[in-house]
Amino acid sequence: MFEAFSYITLQHYWWIIVSLLGAILVFLMFVQGGQTLIYTIGKTNDERTILINLLGRKWEFTFTTLVTFGGAFFASFPLFYSTSFGGAYWVWIVILFAFIIQAVSYEYRSKAGNFLGKRTYEIFLLLNGILAPVLIGTAVATFFTGSQFSVNFMNITRLTGDKMPVISEWMGPAHGLEAALSLHNLTLGLAVLFLSRVLALLYFMNRIKHAEMMERVKKQLLINAIPFVFFFLTFVIWTLLSSGFAVNPETKEVFVEPYKYLHNLLQMPVVAVMFVLGVALVLIGIIRPLTCFEKCSTKGIWGAGIGTVLTVLALFLLAGFNNTAYYPSTFDLQSSLTIQNSSSSQYTLTAMSYVSLLVPFVIAYIWVAWRAIDNKKIDMEELNEETHVY
Amino acid sequence: MEHIDFSLVDWSRAQFALTAMYHWLFVPLTLGLSFIVAFMETLYVRTGNPEWKRITKFWMTIFGINFAIGVATGIILEFEFGTNWSNYSWFVGDIFGAPLAIEGIMAFFLESTFIAVMFFGWNKVSKKFHLLSTWLVAFGSNLSALWILVANAWMQNPVGMKFNPDTARNEMVNFWEVLFSPVAINKFLHTISSGYVLASVFVIGVSAWYLLKNREHLFAKRSIIVAAVFGLVTSLFVVLTGDGSARNMAQHQPMKFAAMENLYVGQQNAPLVAIGILKENVKEAAHKKQDFRFMIEIPNMLSYMAFLDPNAYVPGIQDLVHGNPEHQILSYKEKSEKGKIAITSLAEYKNAKNAGTDSIASAALLRFEENYKYFGYGYYEGRELHELVPSVPTTFYSFRVMVGLGFHFMLLFFVVLVLTLKDKIAKNKWVLYTALWSIPLAYIASELGWVVAEVGRQPWVIQDILPTIAAVSQLQPASVQITFWMFFLIFTALLIAEIKIMTKQIKKGPGEDAPSTDSATANN
Ligand code: HDD
Ligand code: HEM
Ligand code: HEM
Repeated sequence: MFEAFSYITLQHYWWIIVSLLGAILVFLMFVQGGQTLIYTIGKTNDERTILINLLGRKWEFTFTTLVTFGGAFFASFPLFYSTSFGGAYWVWIVILFAFIIQAVSYEYRSKAGNFLGKRTYEIFLLLNGILAPVLIGTAVATFFTGSQFSVNFMNITRLTGDKMPVISEWMGPAHGLEAALSLHNLTLGLAVLFLSRVLALLYFMNRIKHAEMMERVKKQLLINAIPFVFFFLTFVIWTLLSSGFAVNPETKEVFVEPYKYLHNLLQMPVVAVMFVLGVALVLIGIIRPLTCFEKCSTKGIWGAGIGTVLTVLALFLLAGFNNTAYYPSTFDLQSSLTIQNSSSSQYTLTAMSYVSLLVPFVIAYIWVAWRAIDNKKIDMEELNEETHVY
Repeated sequence: MEHIDFSLVDWSRAQFALTAMYHWLFVPLTLGLSFIVAFMETLYVRTGNPEWKRITKFWMTIFGINFAIGVATGIILEFEFGTNWSNYSWFVGDIFGAPLAIEGIMAFFLESTFIAVMFFGWNKVSKKFHLLSTWLVAFGSNLSALWILVANAWMQNPVGMKFNPDTARNEMVNFWEVLFSPVAINKFLHTISSGYVLASVFVIGVSAWYLLKNREHLFAKRSIIVAAVFGLVTSLFVVLTGDGSARNMAQHQPMKFAAMENLYVGQQNAPLVAIGILKENVKEAAHKKQDFRFMIEIPNMLSYMAFLDPNAYVPGIQDLVHGNPEHQILSYKEKSEKGKIAITSLAEYKNAKNAGTDSIASAALLRFEENYKYFGYGYYEGRELHELVPSVPTTFYSFRVMVGLGFHFMLLFFVVLVLTLKDKIAKNKWVLYTALWSIPLAYIASELGWVVAEVGRQPWVIQDILPTIAAVSQLQPASVQITFWMFFLIFTALLIAEIKIMTKQIKKGPGEDAPSTDSATANN
């Protein structure tokens, strides 16, 4: 059936899949947000144990989603993989490093003989909790603000001269760190950080049975929601009012167009609706538990979670659809990556599309498994009956 | 080649080798132990005997400790293709990316979802559902091995693709050819079965330690029986598929094969050197004959092993480097000239196309296609030929140690199984010590397998098409040096932590089967 699709349709289909994975990843980063709140919400040892176990049963999903997001991006848009990862080296290396230290921390933190000490693993979790959302946020912001690189396929025919036969060359002086220092990019990074904390608090409300902790959670919700809204709006308004990177569909020439992302929003009503609905759901998810805590507190994560996925999805589509260059080069406009010039071949996209049919099945079994083990709220009593505790 | 920054290439290689070899310290145990645990739990569900539950839970705890660090080291490998081998990522991303993505969708989610049920589900789901989850974890982890090994095998034997001159990359034309290439199948089977062997040795070694300490007799003997049966069967498989790997190698990577056998001058009825000590290493291509200080050889065996024919001709390093017209082997000099034509024709094609001179473009394209087979050699035009020869001593010795240990493990499984069935194992101190000391040997064999496979294929990342020097990302060597040491430090610290936690857990033993055995209170 995918054979009947045109190349450009497949490219759009895969951009949607990659965007969806990215959106789910941002939602699942509530694990990271939670890791930054362990000491704020948990005041005693037992309370912290509850929090860590709660997050520890979910971290793998965030991690696996990141890995799959990377794999899917590689398979469908390999030029992005080679240009961004090899170029913005330091940002990606720091992100990876932050995930390496997370992966062992839950399992090793409370085990005897863990060499580095309990505290170190908790610091690992904190570092991961801050670095991952901030840096992933700034990396995604470069989809709108651009980076300095050039791409020339014929570089591989360089047999002499003074330059390596490398196709993608990065001109940014700090190999990616410059992106993390740009104010515009940072507003998105900080928005993602506070969003992940807000989502974590909503998740705690949904899963914990513990009166004193709930009081602290409620207070923190407001404290984190305000900077989130501030940074998010700053980023969105800034981006919509900035110039964007448009592609001429006939000549494939890339040019700078004032208000490009605002135009995209207006020209793609479905995306606009998705965006507005997403933002509204996030806000409702935050406000409801604040106003009717007793009754609504467990539901917030659903609204805010679905809202997050919709909003991030809409942002990705704004960056890639409607003749837009999703990875713009400010060094050489014509090197900018579009979903057409950076994708895999039609054959590969077709083959992969069959594999993508497995995704609903994967989501279904994840759902079944979660239902089976998350059947009641967590407290110390539950943990004492448990055989595997972090 | 003044334009190639060799220190950048070397540090990038060092970083990849470091991270891959760390990852591989944890992967084989995951692959094998997941099945061993599944067998044990099946026995528990079948018999309802709580002793089997206790056994299952103990090995599951060990599995979890090892799994966490396997995940931590795995993520870096996946992204390193982009960060450090960016040219490679574009040049073959159309083919190579797909297995990585499929791995994520099909295997990693299966693994991570059901691992949660395996660890947290004991009191929450039914016995059957729990058992199913354990099996799904085993299948998930082995499925992830499938896809990454298909990708690696494709690099050793690129099939099912065609070069597209307009995008300057290889594009997939046949998915099934990639998936079912004999190299891929052999590599997959050899690698996973070697993981089973390693895990069996591990379980037997740890159980032997309990017997030496006069503890946990029933637990140890039952564990040994499961592991020895599994190990005995799979070690047969390791030998068969290893032999298949060598045959594939002789066909598709003759230089790797010649280096592994220290065969400088090709010959018919080539003997196999079972044990040998090499003379000191002259620049490889300068050797005129195979030099040994000492060796034991089996006549005709190499020819037979490589081509199933004792009279077959096996080309040597000399023939491959300098050519051998009698056997239709081109010299490296000829190949690199052709490769250079391919590379320059590609540039001409592109320029002519941009200028709109179609006739020049199609002539250039024709020349390119005729010579594409040798594309990668073009980068070596005018270079020292020995750069195209992998390290002979490294591959020669690594291969022999791996194979020797393979037979050692087989014998060990057999002896241990017989003694346990006769209930004499606890008294045989000698066998128990051998079993214990075989644990590090299994890791050595397994790592050396990758050394043979990866060092032996140098200087190619994609055999004959893309050499390492043209695969790398443009970075400051100092940057890669810094990240190398970053990874070295963190992985080493985590490895120490893992080993200490594991030994603590083993010393503590399986304990009672009360729900609180390994709970927070006991661990804090
Ligand atoms: C033969 C098996 C095998 C081989 C050759 C490799 N791996 Fe691996 N990998 C596994 C078998 C495996 C596994 C057994 O499935 C692991 C080990 C522990 C685990 O969690 O799964 C794993 C984990 C693992 C993870 C973490 C997955 C998660 O989120 O759960 C990643 C990203 C990779 N690997 C990626 C790679 C890459 C890019 C490799 C090659 C360069 C590679 N692996 C070689
Ligand atoms: C997990 C098992 C693996 C181990 C232990 C391993 C080992 C090694 C070693 C030792 C090297 C260095 C060789 C040298 O520089 O002389 C190397 C290089 C490399 N390997 Fe592997 N490898 C593994 C898996 C893979 C896989 C699955 C792939 C690809 C799919 C791969 C691709 C590469 C690449 C791209 C390099 C760097 C370029 C090169 O030096 O050839 N490796 N690996
Ligand atoms: C008699 C036994 C064995 C034979 C004939 C054999 C043969 C081989 C050969 C020829 C290769 C290189 C394949 C290539 O370069 O493509 C290889 C690789 C490898 N071997 Fe073995 N081997 C044997 C035993 C073992 C044992 C006991 C282990 C570990 C416990 C092991 C683990 C590996 C691994 C991990 C690789 C790398 C993956 C691969 O290339 O398939 N082997 N083996």
